[in-house]
Amino acid sequence: MLEGLPQDRPRGGVREPTPHESAHKHVAGEAVYIDDIPEPADALHICLGLSQRAHAKILSVDLSQVTGANGVVGVLTARDIPGNNDVSPAGSHDEPVFAEDRVLFHGQPMFAVVAETRDAARRAVKLAQVNYEDLPALLDIASARAAGGACVLEGMKLERGDVVSSLAAAPMRIDGSMIIGGQDHFYLEGQIALAVPGEDEDVTVYSSTQHPSEVQHMVSHVLGVASHSVTVEVRRMGGAFGGKETQGNLFAAVAALAAKKFNRAAKCRPDRDDDMISTGKRHDFVADYKVGFDADGRILAADFLMAARCGFSADLSGPVTDRALFHCDNAYFYPATRAISQPLRTNTVSNTAFRGFGGPQGMLAAERVIEEIAFATGRDPLDIRKLNFYGTDDRNVTPYHQAIGDNIIAELVDELEVSSDYRARRQAIRAFNAASPIIKRGLALTPVKFGISFTATWFNQAGALVHVYRDGSVQLNHGGTEMGQGLHQKISQIVAEEFAIDIDRIRITATTTGKVPNTSATAASAGTDLNGMAALDAACTIKARLAAFIADRWKVAVETIEFCANAVRSGEHSMSFAELVGAAYMARVQLSATGFYKTPKIHWDRAAGRGHPFYYFAYGASVSEVSIDTLTGEYCIERVDILHDVGRSLNPALDRGQIEGGFVQGQGWLTTEELWWDDKGRLRTHAPSTYKIPVASDRPRIFNVAFAEWSENREPSVHRSKAVGEPPLMLAMSVLHALSDAVASVADHKFCPRLDTPATPERILFAVENMRARAAGMSP
Amino acid sequence: MKQRRAFLLGNDLQVASGLAPTTTVLDWLRLNQRRTGTKEGCAEGDCGACTVVIGRLDGETLRYEAINACIRPLVSLDGCQILTVEHLKSPDGALHPVQQAMVDLHGSQCGFCTPGFVMSLYAMYLEAAPANVLQIEDALAGNLCRCTGYRPIIDAAMNTLGERGAVDMTSRSETARRLLALRADETIVIEHASGACHAPTSCDALADLLDVHPEATIVAGATDAGLRITKALEHFPVMVDLNRIKELKHVAETKDALIFGAMVDLNRVRRALGAMHPHLDELMRRFGSEQIRNSGTIGGNLANGSPIGDLPPVLIALDAALVLRSKAGRRALPLERFFLDYRKQDRLPGEFVEQIIVPKLPADALLHVSKISKRFDEDISSVCGAFRILLDAGGCVADARLAFGGMAGVPKRAANAEAALKGARWSMEAAVAAAGALSLDFTPLTDMRASARYRTSVAANLLRRFALETLSPHIATRVSGGLRTLADA
Repeated sequence: MLEGLPQDRPRGGVREPTPHESAHKHVAGEAVYIDDIPEPADALHICLGLSQRAHAKILSVDLSQVTGANGVVGVLTARDIPGNNDVSPAGSHDEPVFAEDRVLFHGQPMFAVVAETRDAARRAVKLAQVNYEDLPALLDIASARAAGGACVLEGMKLERGDVVSSLAAAPMRIDGSMIIGGQDHFYLEGQIALAVPGEDEDVTVYSSTQHPSEVQHMVSHVLGVASHSVTVEVRRMGGAFGGKETQGNLFAAVAALAAKKFNRAAKCRPDRDDDMISTGKRHDFVADYKVGFDADGRILAADFLMAARCGFSADLSGPVTDRALFHCDNAYFYPATRAISQPLRTNTVSNTAFRGFGGPQGMLAAERVIEEIAFATGRDPLDIRKLNFYGTDDRNVTPYHQAIGDNIIAELVDELEVSSDYRARRQAIRAFNAASPIIKRGLALTPVKFGISFTATWFNQAGALVHVYRDGSVQLNHGGTEMGQGLHQKISQIVAEEFAIDIDRIRITATTTGKVPNTSATAASAGTDLNGMAALDAACTIKARLAAFIADRWKVAVETIEFCANAVRSGEHSMSFAELVGAAYMARVQLSATGFYKTPKIHWDRAAGRGHPFYYFAYGASVSEVSIDTLTGEYCIERVDILHDVGRSLNPALDRGQIEGGFVQGQGWLTTEELWWDDKGRLRTHAPSTYKIPVASDRPRIFNVAFAEWSENREPSVHRSKAVGEPPLMLAMSVLHALSDAVASVADHKFCPRLDTPATPERILFAVENMRARAAGMSP
Repeated sequence: MKQRRAFLLGNDLQVASGLAPTTTVLDWLRLNQRRTGTKEGCAEGDCGACTVVIGRLDGETLRYEAINACIRPLVSLDGCQILTVEHLKSPDGALHPVQQAMVDLHGSQCGFCTPGFVMSLYAMYLEAAPANVLQIEDALAGNLCRCTGYRPIIDAAMNTLGERGAVDMTSRSETARRLLALRADETIVIEHASGACHAPTSCDALADLLDVHPEATIVAGATDAGLRITKALEHFPVMVDLNRIKELKHVAETKDALIFGAMVDLNRVRRALGAMHPHLDELMRRFGSEQIRNSGTIGGNLANGSPIGDLPPVLIALDAALVLRSKAGRRALPLERFFLDYRKQDRLPGEFVEQIIVPKLPADALLHVSKISKRFDEDISSVCGAFRILLDAGGCVADARLAFGGMAGVPKRAANAEAALKGARWSMEAAVAAAGALSLDFTPLTDMRASARYRTSVAANLLRRFALETLSPHIATRVSGGLRTLADA
């Protein structure tokens, strides 16, 4: 009976390096993004009218020329909103769809033009006549602090031990400050929403969003209808990186408003400039630090004040600045510590989620502290790092009072130190620099420890819906969204593994609020952890029903039923999966199930600054070697070695893609990606001609990437894998520190360069000049 | 007078009519043809998501090249073949090798940039272009990917372009024959409510046209004018397209000079100038991107008068001259006198740039070109320095031409620094003295690309770099040497 049935493993189970589910469609130009969906007849197009002032009273808005323009069907202003004029994801009611009396940043939407074509809408917007009365504008952290430091919400404080007395008692002490730049997401597909009106109050919105449920709720609030009338769907995004966690809300709301007002489909797709001007970015920070340490470089106390430019509204700035504090320890134990966040309100675009979500900025502060100590003690920064790593049994309590139970940073760094040949290269670089007066090399190893879970505990839940059809094909739905990370592929692999069927028998559908409700954003690296478990739960439910059915039919114990290789077996009995499903249907077995998952163990008390916010930690480390030109500040990343912990990889090819891609994105953040506002609060780097993300030739010349193969998640995560979306971004910190090392070489490593970010060629050259001036005995 | 434009979309003859002359190739593909594989990422020719491959006749030879569809007016592709990502699969549905390699090596994540990468690689494939890592990086410098970090894409390119099969030349010669049949000599005139477009085929006709329409917007490769269309939403009442004027596409060589027609594209400029000096090749390698260099022209780069264009400083240093042509005749003008003020040039109504005469390097000349930008590839310079000095028998500076971009409202020579050099023995001391005089020559601005202080420091240091590279060539002065490792250094 077994003859003729495949004995081998089904194709595409977990741990196989299968390609992304849409790879074939990507390369053929057949993958459908929202702007590629055939538009319904008579679809309308929307262009937003943006504020031309950073902070002003709106005295008058005259749209008469706009409405009279060719092709214009109408305009939308705050008065056209039947529900709430608010898309604040934080519930703080500080983010209007359309500004009414005041504009709070340059680029804030004030009205929308709805026209027959996108071209007509864009042209008509320019005809608006707006009169403003300028108000004082706070454009950056320094001016916001100088004006009293008003915040978008209350900051957080973490505290353990007595930092003040420990700092005072420490043998050595350094105080300093670091400017950490922001970052535009530069997803290749910009923000977009297409709304199609339905009967009664119904509307369907195709939205490029990481968070369909939130878009659903926002649209329902803005329209003043119940959530059940709004369906939000997204098949894939052309990149997101956090920039579509909340930032799609407004575009979706406006599209839905137009669709319902004019009873025609309506699309809102800002051009690249409007997208970059009007949507939030990674927060820029000023990190003030005080560190006390002993003569060996062992930290005794560390005190951080993390000030962030949040922009005009709260958006996600609360949890972002919280996460900055959660990570200002990176992988280091602080015997006494305090960390305070200052989420400052400014008259700039409202900053938002971006891969790492505040964590990178916190970790940069930690690494700066390490660097300061290395220069102060004259030791290799790697030795200072190792000296201060968290322990496994002791020295393992974080500033938020969670004991780390899965610490592998020491083993991981030891392995990378050897595999990257760190010590020998350190010597070789010394020799190189001694012989090279203009080009200088630098080397650095930096670790990563990143906490996995939404710190808002309730977000750590997920749902799935699995249908098995009579032919044995499976349709898989879950609450996560696909933005390129391969989430759908991984979850298909998990379900294929569970049913023991080939992956091509599984079709994953667009994410839609109609199939899985009340989802969380696909964010916090948790997409697979949460949705994979929910899908697994649904698959297990159906599998158990099938097993019970066939055990009964075969008159065998259910425990003997085995699913393998597209078939089900028990002893001498065997049947293909498709036959099993067909028979089960005839026997009236339910072939559809929902699944659900909530992360165990976690809890968090923000007011007390105590709890167990993270289910587990992901670890990694990287070594970067760079060269800099001391005449121009230009640089090149010569070599990068990465050792990263993904637990037991669900898909090594996709995980490697996340590691490499995250690294290069982090590299861009720390080097060439500079957001530049002028003194009027206008973002002047609002397109790729002026905002420079890495290109192919910027990637490390030599790029060695390995997994910590021996690592598995100590918690029972899905197949013992670990989250991989965000942690690799922070591996790029070694680039900054290698640049700093190269800069420091011009003054024989006597002074800490205190390199701010992004470390553009300009910053590198100035740092070199500063080093030379200090070496010559001039003031810093 | 012809009133319609004809071209091939794949193998299908298309006759475009009723379109505004400013309609871009991308909008036509996506909105009119519903071919949505080609994406809009930036609408300014910087991200490459819109990359398509154009087949065009060079004489009777068919050449394929990647261009940015987003900023290219469709009307400028008369007589060309347009290939998009949808054309690559074979009739049986099999992926093209460049596509298959991208799948096999995990070269896509979100997939939005992917069609553009595929088309850039396809152009290399069709042209059997050399394909070592550095050449692939150059060819992909105009394609941004935000997900992968590029390594798998480079691997896919190396795999495919290293072991490619023969390109099917039968279909190519058939295409060439069809494109030849589309050729016509008369001026095309397209009238549209938004404006008219004239596309003459000779300089005489162009001169006549500009005599009647001195206000016309002259469009060459549209890499600058295209942004006026997509970003400023300009319509041009009268647009004159130069793409059909063959006599503007010649490169001639005399004993002493290279003579470029204004419509010579920047990749051909690279080949011609690059042969003269490695610094010129490096500058042109980093000029825009492959797509931009395939569209953009030498005449366009000079005539648009940008203070940060890549060519003006180096051509001023080389003592290039322009031939300006109008119905009244020709006049020659040293290039440095062409740039009058910010975006204002010495071009009279009815005149157009016909030729650019670039003197060859004298045997005793030292040349140095440095482009400094935030990012090496596909960036606009914050400072560009181009220096040519002539030394006498005694090693003293007999003549100095030090030209800078990014230091003033126009590309400009540093007269005081030149004076400081002249007569001095060429040495680090002389370079430093000249660098010290730069503050008399320039008061640069601070903007999003660089601060005034950085521009000032770097301009001075480039003269030091020049001295080091000519006097102490054993000292490494560049970090962008490609795959150098510590062991090689």
